[in-house]
Amino acid sequence: MGDAETLFRLSGLNAAYAAAIDADRLEDWPSFFLEQCLYKVTTAENFARGYAAGIIFADNRAMLADRVVALRGANIYERQRYRHVVGMPVLGPTEDGAIAAETSFVIVRTMRDGQMDLFAAGVYRDRVREDADGVLRFAERIVVCDSQRFDTLVAIPL
Amino acid sequence: MDQSTRDLSIGSWPAGLTRVPYWVYRDPDVARDEQTRVFEGPVWNYLCLEADIPEVGDFRASFIGTMPVVVARTEDGSIAAFENRCVHRGAMICLEDGGRVKDFHCVYHAWRYDLSGNLKSIAFRHGVNGQGGMPADFRMEDHNPRKLRITTLYGLVFGTLADDAPDIETYIGPEITARIRRVLHKKVEVIGRFTQALPNNWKLYMENVRDTYHASLLHLFFTTFRITRLSQGGGVLVSDNGVAHASATRGAPPQHDTSYAGIRSDDQGFHLSDPTFMNGRNEFGDDIQLQILTVFPGFVLQQINNCLAIRQTLPRGVERMDLHWTYIGFADDSPDLRAMRLKQANLVGPAGYVSMEDGCVGGFVQRGIASADEELSVVEMGGGAADSQDTRATEASVRGFWKAYRSVMGF
Repeated sequence: MGDAETLFRLSGLNAAYAAAIDADRLEDWPSFFLEQCLYKVTTAENFARGYAAGIIFADNRAMLADRVVALRGANIYERQRYRHVVGMPVLGPTEDGAIAAETSFVIVRTMRDGQMDLFAAGVYRDRVREDADGVLRFAERIVVCDSQRFDTLVAIPL
Repeated sequence: MDQSTRDLSIGSWPAGLTRVPYWVYRDPDVARDEQTRVFEGPVWNYLCLEADIPEVGDFRASFIGTMPVVVARTEDGSIAAFENRCVHRGAMICLEDGGRVKDFHCVYHAWRYDLSGNLKSIAFRHGVNGQGGMPADFRMEDHNPRKLRITTLYGLVFGTLADDAPDIETYIGPEITARIRRVLHKKVEVIGRFTQALPNNWKLYMENVRDTYHASLLHLFFTTFRITRLSQGGGVLVSDNGVAHASATRGAPPQHDTSYAGIRSDDQGFHLSDPTFMNGRNEFGDDIQLQILTVFPGFVLQQINNCLAIRQTLPRGVERMDLHWTYIGFADDSPDLRAMRLKQANLVGPAGYVSMEDGCVGGFVQRGIASADEELSVVEMGGGAADSQDTRATEASVRGFWKAYRSVMGF
């Protein structure tokens, strides 16, 4: 893959990922990841200090599916939606077939009463590789939020 | 204490501990009084971990209520804390959350303080070219930011501004002190920090943490996966003064439990496709699976299986608060145990399977009571006392909070 094609395919992956979440197709969300994967939501400060904990931490795809089941069936939170705006990926080195990329994001949250807030901004630090069918999926997506402060709750994945 | 001991501008408070007037969560005068009577009163405020400031010059910015403070490790190895406010014009002396310094300089006019918060030098004190400068009789030693008295307990750093605060173990009581030691029995390591901004008065959060009754009703995740059910063994300890509480869930849940039949949170059809993250290690050598512990006013120590965290509750105005989460492990954690802590951290924090509901339920109350200053909430499960009980179907430790609160507030 040349850089142009890689950028094009990564941008498509990012757009599809954001669209699934923003359109409340959360059941599709785990499918953007490989079965063996790491998804973590953390902050720039934790990332810089090497603190390993995240507010969401999944080291396999089943844990992502469990989160969706919990959100649908168990957890109580007010109706809300996100709007992701995702930037152009900055490509890093490819190692062991995995493409490294960093992509800025901004998420606006709209609550059921119409209240809109700039909810999160940060960078996706990704490692992406093709699965057996040649489809690009996340081997790793570390969501590094610029702020260490989260408003009320983070129900829907970022 | 069961009688109002001063006139209340906003309303009255019935005798006993089973009713709480809603104005206490809404009134700006009450919030202002809390800063002086509670946070700056005869209480111990959690500030940081000793592990945050291991070496000389290490500091951490913290708060008691709304007052910014700096906590630092001084040259002789002791810990000092002082108000983060320059005695000159009131600017913050320290602008970082933590780090290592030789001393502190206020950026506004470069007044300099040592690690204990003593004013050490004043820029242009003697003027420039013989002109200006401070008066000759200005004594720096008469001008220091307010200093806190510090105590440590199993790696926790607490501070008070009151000369009459009892020693920390008397304040917390022996039973609950032992429950702190149970968890913090060896060297801790910070593994993450997050802040959760909550749309409610700080007291609503502290009541929620002490409320052993709600946990398995509001949080379906807990109930369904049998992490805790009220029909499991356990109970709640409340210190005599109401200041501290520790609730515990013990042992395995009963296999055929019908006590939740018909309640929303009893959804037997719900299952995890990766249940391995609930296979915790029995690292404390007892049968307590879950322990939630508080110390008035705003300290929380949490052990949910292997997920350990400290929470610091800080008011941010009458109807806002910040919850500062510090996730911890032990320095000698095996890679296996550390990985389990990271996975179980999904239960807590702003995105926690359990804590996310605690994040919003305080806001539901705050919005629900918008016009209820003359109404009272009912805190009567388990009787009227703030006593230790062998059940969690009780609000005894919530009453303990109000016992401690009314004592220092004079309500």
